[in-house]
Amino acid sequence: MSRIEAAFEPGRAAFIPFVMAGDPDLATTGRVVEALASAGADVIELGLPFSDPIADGPTNQRAAARALAGGATPAGVLDLVRSLRDGGLATPIVLFSYLNPLLALGDYAQRLARARVDGLLCVDLPPEEAHEHERALASCGVDRIYLTAPSTAPERLQTLAGTGSGFVYHVSRYGVTGERDALPEGLERHVAAVRKAVGRPVAVGFGIAGPEQAAEVARFADGVVVGSAIVRRIERSGTEAPEAVAAFAGALAQAVHGAREPQA
Amino acid sequence: MAHATGRRRGRFGRFGGAYAPETLVAPLTELERAFYEAVEDEEFLLAFADLLARWVGRPTALTPAPTLGEQLGLRLYLKREDLAHTGAHKINNAIGQCLLARRMGKRRVIAETGAGQHGVATAAAAARLGLACTVYMGEIDMQRQALNVYRMRLLGAEVRAVTGGSRTLKDAVNEAMRDWVGSVTDSHYVLGSALGPHPFPTIVRTFHEVIGEETRRQILGAEGRLPDLLVACVGGGSNAIGLFGPFLEDTEIAMVGVEAGGRGEALGEHAARFAGGREGVLHGSRTLVLQDEHGQIAGTHSVSAGLDYPAVGPEHAWLGEIGRVRYERASDEQALEAFARLSRTEGIVPALESSHALGWLIANAEAWGGRLVVVNLSGRGDKDVETTRGLGVGDGGA
Repeated sequence: MSRIEAAFEPGRAAFIPFVMAGDPDLATTGRVVEALASAGADVIELGLPFSDPIADGPTNQRAAARALAGGATPAGVLDLVRSLRDGGLATPIVLFSYLNPLLALGDYAQRLARARVDGLLCVDLPPEEAHEHERALASCGVDRIYLTAPSTAPERLQTLAGTGSGFVYHVSRYGVTGERDALPEGLERHVAAVRKAVGRPVAVGFGIAGPEQAAEVARFADGVVVGSAIVRRIERSGTEAPEAVAAFAGALAQAVHGAREPQA
Repeated sequence: MAHATGRRRGRFGRFGGAYAPETLVAPLTELERAFYEAVEDEEFLLAFADLLARWVGRPTALTPAPTLGEQLGLRLYLKREDLAHTGAHKINNAIGQCLLARRMGKRRVIAETGAGQHGVATAAAAARLGLACTVYMGEIDMQRQALNVYRMRLLGAEVRAVTGGSRTLKDAVNEAMRDWVGSVTDSHYVLGSALGPHPFPTIVRTFHEVIGEETRRQILGAEGRLPDLLVACVGGGSNAIGLFGPFLEDTEIAMVGVEAGGRGEALGEHAARFAGGREGVLHGSRTLVLQDEHGQIAGTHSVSAGLDYPAVGPEHAWLGEIGRVRYERASDEQALEAFARLSRTEGIVPALESSHALGWLIANAEAWGGRLVVVNLSGRGDKDVETTRGLGVGDGGA
């Protein structure tokens, strides 16, 4: 069982925060990741900044731009993960990336494995284009996380049963990343269908703004991803981000982990 | 032929593909199916042909350019896409895709635009077919092409300024894709060049192949033989693939695609992907991309907004690799000289994009002495006179 698979415990949903690596600089990201782990994150998604993030909304676009302006590179992000691991971080890390900066790394599967990255989610690499990617990552023991969306057809869910590992990241709605006021209709039904077809834990993301929504999703999903809402707090607090994020992440973790406990 | 086998299922050799976020996978599959059904459907083809004939004004002329031809020592013809409705070849694809969108039951179309020509063409096609239209345009391009912004609004389109990134064509594509990810159920994205995820490069080529088909008939009529050389500018590469496509099997015909050489060799100073790019993935397609060592997309420069883009259409990347088409470049300066020279010699003001094709030919005419050459005049230059006047081009009879 991979470290990611082990993070999904029966009876409660996993809390999966997302932050952009290098926003505003890699040293701050290191402290943010440690704060998230202490706050109760079960898996941490680390964004690899890319100049042209077509699936991201304004909050994450600005985060990527800040990270690139701060000099973050793919190699630098891997160095950060390696040093976090050397420092004793045990929380599994999933890299959230676009394909082009990975290609620039050369043999990215081995480089990710050497940095002890646990999984990779490549936003613009659907399973149909991912044969080499699958093989290379699997042979290095790195989990391959794929996305599903409301538009994903049942027969493609079947394909995903034989492709990928770790968990499935279900995009809750049409549109780019970013906070939204309400959860989309039919989400619970979609999550159940994906879980049944793919046979892996299903984490839900895109648009979850705070603890209340996170708890609502955690009642039926296996994991809850919160990104832009955290990134926006980092944006406001810069190098003070670790402190600013810790309390919010703690509240999210509590909401997610406690969602299925009987109400007092 | 190697080329034919390379074209299967959205792949051009190892280039192309559909590197799209999951939300777009199903809509792209739906689009692929709808497109292949449409091009087999007599009714659709008749409607498209009728719009091309009676609304776009096709066929466009193949005009001899005797004065410039004589000066250069070759027999020169210009394929006059500048005479097409809205002033450029872009309208062929725009009306084709809008017709397809309507057939698919979409109510709204989205487009990106650089020079504004594709935006104007899509706005016009959407108006003609009763579709709502949103056009994304970089803030910088909106300044350099203010008149086209007005034309799009006049045609009923909403023009949204793109303020992220380099605020040019690349960022307009990003924003159009983001819109589409959120609006796929009722909107179609009319991609304006031969790039993006499959099936776009194939759709765009198909709707533009009328350029090459007409050219073949016209040159046979005028000269009784096929040309020795075809020249077209290449941004994404839609006008070039439209001209080249129907001639690819005629291996005796040489073809040159001309990229924007800009104002220098350094990354960021040009848009010459074949010379300065590396294989990568941008906007859904594996192709040659201008990028830094870390895989971040590089800035580009060209005096022409329509060529100012960091990736080339995947079929061009393939045609370059197998050596079927040569890809060369013309600098800003060469393009501006050609712009003024064609205006004087033939009474035709070419778009700055098309001026790159002419600029390369002028610089390399000696090698083609006495030969029969067709240059695709992909658009008219009226949109550029503000820019060229600012640069002092052609003023004072100098």
